[in-house]
Amino acid sequence: MCKGVAITGMGAISAIGNNVQENYEALVSGKLGISRISKIDTVHKNDIMVGEIGMTNAQLKEKLGIAEETAVSRTALLAMLAAEEAVLQAGITDINDCETGLISGTTVGGMDQSEKYYFEYFETDEHWGHINGLHAGDSTQKLADHLGISESFVSTISTACSSAANAIMLGARMIKSGQLDRVIVGGTDSLCKFTINGFKTLMILSDTYNTPFDDNRKGLNLGEAAAYLVLESDEIVKRDQKKVLGYVKGYGNANDAFHQTASSENGDGAVLAMEKALKVSGLTPSDIDYINAHGTATPNNDLSEGRSLLRIFGDKVPEFSSTKAFTGHTLAVAGGVEAVYSVLALQNNVIYPNLNFTTPMKEFELLPQTTVKQKELHHVLSNSFGFGGNCSTLIFSKEA
Amino acid sequence: MKPVYINSVGSVSAQKTFDNSEFLNEITEYNASTVPVIAPNYKEYIPPAAARRMARGIKMSTVSSKNALTEAGIENIDAIIVGTGLGCIGDSERFVSDIIKNDEQFLTPTRFIQSSHNTVAGQIALGLGCKGHNFTFVHSAVSFESSLIDAKMMIENDEAGTVLVGGVDELVDHHVETHRLIGHIKKEPVASQELLQSKTEGMVMGEGAHFFVLSNQKAPSCYAELLAVKTFNTLSKERLEENVLAFLERQQLGIDDIDLAILGNNGDVNFDPYYDQLGTSLFKDTPQAYYKHLSGEFDTATGFAFWLANKIIKTQTLPEVVQLNAIVPAKLETILIYNQYRGENHSLTLIRKC
Amino acid sequence: MSELKQELKEKIIEQLNLEDVSVDEIANNDPLFGEGLGLDSIDALELIVMLDKDYGIKLADPKEGRKIFESIDTMAAYIAANRSN
Repeated sequence: MCKGVAITGMGAISAIGNNVQENYEALVSGKLGISRISKIDTVHKNDIMVGEIGMTNAQLKEKLGIAEETAVSRTALLAMLAAEEAVLQAGITDINDCETGLISGTTVGGMDQSEKYYFEYFETDEHWGHINGLHAGDSTQKLADHLGISESFVSTISTACSSAANAIMLGARMIKSGQLDRVIVGGTDSLCKFTINGFKTLMILSDTYNTPFDDNRKGLNLGEAAAYLVLESDEIVKRDQKKVLGYVKGYGNANDAFHQTASSENGDGAVLAMEKALKVSGLTPSDIDYINAHGTATPNNDLSEGRSLLRIFGDKVPEFSSTKAFTGHTLAVAGGVEAVYSVLALQNNVIYPNLNFTTPMKEFELLPQTTVKQKELHHVLSNSFGFGGNCSTLIFSKEA
Repeated sequence: MKPVYINSVGSVSAQKTFDNSEFLNEITEYNASTVPVIAPNYKEYIPPAAARRMARGIKMSTVSSKNALTEAGIENIDAIIVGTGLGCIGDSERFVSDIIKNDEQFLTPTRFIQSSHNTVAGQIALGLGCKGHNFTFVHSAVSFESSLIDAKMMIENDEAGTVLVGGVDELVDHHVETHRLIGHIKKEPVASQELLQSKTEGMVMGEGAHFFVLSNQKAPSCYAELLAVKTFNTLSKERLEENVLAFLERQQLGIDDIDLAILGNNGDVNFDPYYDQLGTSLFKDTPQAYYKHLSGEFDTATGFAFWLANKIIKTQTLPEVVQLNAIVPAKLETILIYNQYRGENHSLTLIRKC
Repeated sequence: MSELKQELKEKIIEQLNLEDVSVDEIANNDPLFGEGLGLDSIDALELIVMLDKDYGIKLADPKEGRKIFESIDTMAAYIAANRSN
């Protein structure tokens, strides 16, 4: 259990960029991706703002070399684009040259198409290709086929907004325990009416730009994204003389066991997840140089998370920021894009700004980092929390 | 490697399986293309205030997981891991349908909350106050096996001592009707006993919830030891034998060591040939069993197979109703479960008497 | 007003699936949340939808609900004062 888990490739598509480089440039230039919704005709279009990816499904298909008439959900298309980039960066020529797995997180699966044709299926067979695309595993299966992964461990995790974080965690554990040599991990979710209306019923959508950790925060902006990492064992890194971008050093998963959708007031689950991750990594809180917070900008999350940070780090909370002001809350993928951002932070020794912050919260004296800051970084901690009490923490490090 | 013990079982299925003191004593036969669970009296298990918002999948899981915890004689566990192909899809369907019918107005949060795939694992954790590792796998026919793999890894690596692991899926109208359109579900009813002779495409769809307590400590209630689980996203008929043998070899076992092979035949004329391939080659001298004529097919139907294998080992009886060939097992100690769905998501699970 | 209160009790029982509760068991000044009927924050969201759908009252902030849903009395008073249908 003392093996390293190397990150050798990354791919990401979100509202702030179609690849990792574009995402990074937006983060350091303060360019947010939040706008009115243009691709989904919803009655809420004037009440909400979203982090929407610019490319249409037709454009995505064209880029991926998939025939326009092929029935594929947007969720799967986004996954393919991001994972392709990760595999390319990892310099993988034969994906089956060692035991390669795929673990993907998603919450909506193929809902973006199913909700369009829900009743139409019974009128005409035109869209029957989407019927079996609803289940959450479909996007992962199509991604595995697209990458050419065969006879291997391919699975999907759905733990709400911590799905991709948990996919990364499981992948790291499988590499450490020798079950896999290489695993592609991350997540994908597209915007759809289902989630827009779902979050609307919970009354936690902001009608303007989301403002993480601000006293006047009004809720979250939904976003869409896909992000994947290639994780490889020490043996494969050595065998292929891979350039290592960073390491998955720690991970922790806990359940808040408090409420079906809300976080406990003092962030019990979050504290447990961070404690576990620190233990696995062998680090102490003072080793953490930057925290990429979950920071959804809902009244409940930011208070609970803020308190949990104070419980772990005391009066020495390192610089922290939520990048959700840039991307929106990308649900299952949040822990995935933020893993990519964490590794980029390590590579570039840079901390991203927590945009839209003006007024400190009344409950405590926590101030997020609001400007781009250069700082020598060794260890970055990333939080992701979800419905069902699911709390996950990942720690990324420069060294194994 | 630390052994992983299966200390208890819990089942709610299309047979009367919720009473752990029985083992397929009476068989319910169906003549249908969908087979719902025989529901226990949920009120005996769930207080009304808690039950009022629960989807059927959560109710089934509550009963099944409670029975497993009771049998194992424990109240606290270190981790909860659930597999579900579709989650509480009944609520997802109603939410989508309300979105369309009401033009996105007057929607209520409960349906949406229950639609979250991890709602079962979350609500079990909430009920038990379990703050440990909590995972939900949602990968079609290997959802349950993914959960087993995770649970086994946790125990072997000392990440947890005792894990509640389960699989659950609901049978729901829109899903059934749409999947019947595309031929995944049989268009005509089939009698349970004639499932494998139907020679038609599609399956008979079922539902169920199966939960197990896995532990590094052998409890007095112990059923068997979990030796190995492996999944394959793809596997051709031609490559089946080789992969099954390699899987057994990693456990230092050969085909002669398998006392019973439990196969996932679901009566789909297009995909049962995968089972026939093994049945007539590698397993031709091995006693074989099947079960989907009792449980129906669903993403976590292998939860029923896992329940069946554990029951067979603990009771040392092989019910006639599940026997697939005429070979009588010399002993009932090592059981291999093989499953696939529509030629994808294959899994091998191996358990042994301990 | 007493008609509205009776109606509210029936609707709450139906909407929130309170199978084991009867209309007579809910007193007009019983607290609906916490100690009394035992409703929670998800129920509050359900009641907000009910206000919108059945009485044409839209609440923008779920926090507003806390005072309104204190009891059947407060709910009826708020609805009577603000209803549009």
